[in-house]
Amino acid sequence: MTTVPSAGLGLKPQHFDAALACPAAGLWFEVHPENYLVAGGPRLAWLEAIRARHPVSLHGVALSLAADAEPDPGHLGRLGELVNRIEPVLISEHLAWSTWRGAYHPDLLPFPRTGEALLRITDNISRTQDALRRRISIENPSHYLKIESHAWGEIDYLAELARRTGCSLLLDVNNVYVSARNLGYSTEEYIDAFPGALVAEVHLAGHSRDPNLGESLLIDSHDAPVSPEVWALYERLIRRIGPRPTLIERDDKLPDFATLFAERQRAEALMRVPLAEAA
Amino acid sequence: MIPPVAGSLARFQDAFARALLAPEAEPASSVSALAAQPAFAVYRNTVMKGCIDALQANYPAVARLVGEEWFRAAAAIYVRESLPADPTLLRYGAAFPDFLARFEPAAELPYLPGVARLDRLWTEAHAAPDEKALDPAAVAALAPDALAGVIVRPHAAARWAWFEEAPIYTIWSRNRADSTPGADIDWRPEGALLARPRDTVEWRALDPAGCAFLDACAAGGTLGRAAYAALEMRADADITQLMSTLLASGAFGQLTFINRQSAEDQI
Repeated sequence: MTTVPSAGLGLKPQHFDAALACPAAGLWFEVHPENYLVAGGPRLAWLEAIRARHPVSLHGVALSLAADAEPDPGHLGRLGELVNRIEPVLISEHLAWSTWRGAYHPDLLPFPRTGEALLRITDNISRTQDALRRRISIENPSHYLKIESHAWGEIDYLAELARRTGCSLLLDVNNVYVSARNLGYSTEEYIDAFPGALVAEVHLAGHSRDPNLGESLLIDSHDAPVSPEVWALYERLIRRIGPRPTLIERDDKLPDFATLFAERQRAEALMRVPLAEAA
Repeated sequence: MIPPVAGSLARFQDAFARALLAPEAEPASSVSALAAQPAFAVYRNTVMKGCIDALQANYPAVARLVGEEWFRAAAAIYVRESLPADPTLLRYGAAFPDFLARFEPAAELPYLPGVARLDRLWTEAHAAPDEKALDPAAVAALAPDALAGVIVRPHAAARWAWFEEAPIYTIWSRNRADSTPGADIDWRPEGALLARPRDTVEWRALDPAGCAFLDACAAGGTLGRAAYAALEMRADADITQLMSTLLASGAFGQLTFINRQSAEDQI
């Protein structure tokens, strides 16, 4: 994937054997590093076996870059050890917070996009990149709440963070869809305005409707196939910016490996349509 | 709503974190308008579900014993007391066995904290550093008079515990997911040894002499000192048999020699 961008799959332990055996060219896998920050044992052995056959990307959920505090040094240190051990092709995190005053909240929590927060997040991304000695990518999270104290739009904020830290961006197309639907803005306008030159990776996933509020609140649940609307947005994106490493994420209601692999093949095929033909 | 002044991000996060665990939003807090939106429940639910799922994954024998509904209700109370301190959720719930020991609704299940301790020891063994288990041949090759003077460290993944009050090992091992129900349980004290000699965690029953032996090894004692500790615990302990069982279970890691005089001093 360092030469020709290709499609990968989020990897779960249930699919270990199938993933290890899959011979597809360019296939790469992504995991949450938090599940592998252990001293030893079968989890690490499993990840190293996958890494010996396929490129691996580390997609963090817990650095809490948007918290008004430095990343936890213990956590960052363990992440650095895993990075040295696995040598991931990509490392990414979210524009969100989760750990606050020593307590980890397992979610990607929102905050007002202010100048104050921008300074803090800039510093946190720089600290992370310095500690890992790597450039990282920052992902747009899903939004559910209307926060009126945002001083910045999300795209400008992400672009400014990239300008200040040298980080790249991870564009999650499903998050764009979920957020735009929940907060009432145009998905197409967001996708068209996203700075393509900064996009190092693209995420695709499924979402669901809130059990109580239905269509008016979409949940970034990663428990369903990628929706037709998100596929259409993805196609629109890559026709404009060209192919990028693209990941199919699935965390819940896990189908068999072949079903996920078929979604991966669809992303792969869309990336292979020549730009001229697509245009 | 949130004026962009220095320190406002920290105040926002303090209020937001409180609102995540509070059933109702604090009316005067800086996030009360956010917490009043129906969508705030998405964050409340995701945080709570993530923590409870982690506890259920980390304490499978407890969950199987009490049933999913009871477990998740008890876990929700624990979560409000003690959020994860570490995003590696495999490590979450270190205090859960103690919580169960003082949890009023669990008073009728006095074996539950012990079962939880073995679930926890399994997790510790599972994630412990890799180490080659001591080869029994390396011990067999020692001259008999050298044996008492060597120090064998327990394997990095070896964990053991003695339970005076109940047959915790039998109850626990029958309630790990891949086990089958057995005959009636003989109500007596029991101990357990968990180790990871190869890829995965394995377990077996261990008597109090075996536990005392490993305690002495963990404290840095020689094999002679460990044998003494085992015999103190059970005067009729068969040390040769015990050593052979522990070696076969992968309970030992590094073997080191110390000089004869200090070995004798220890005994």
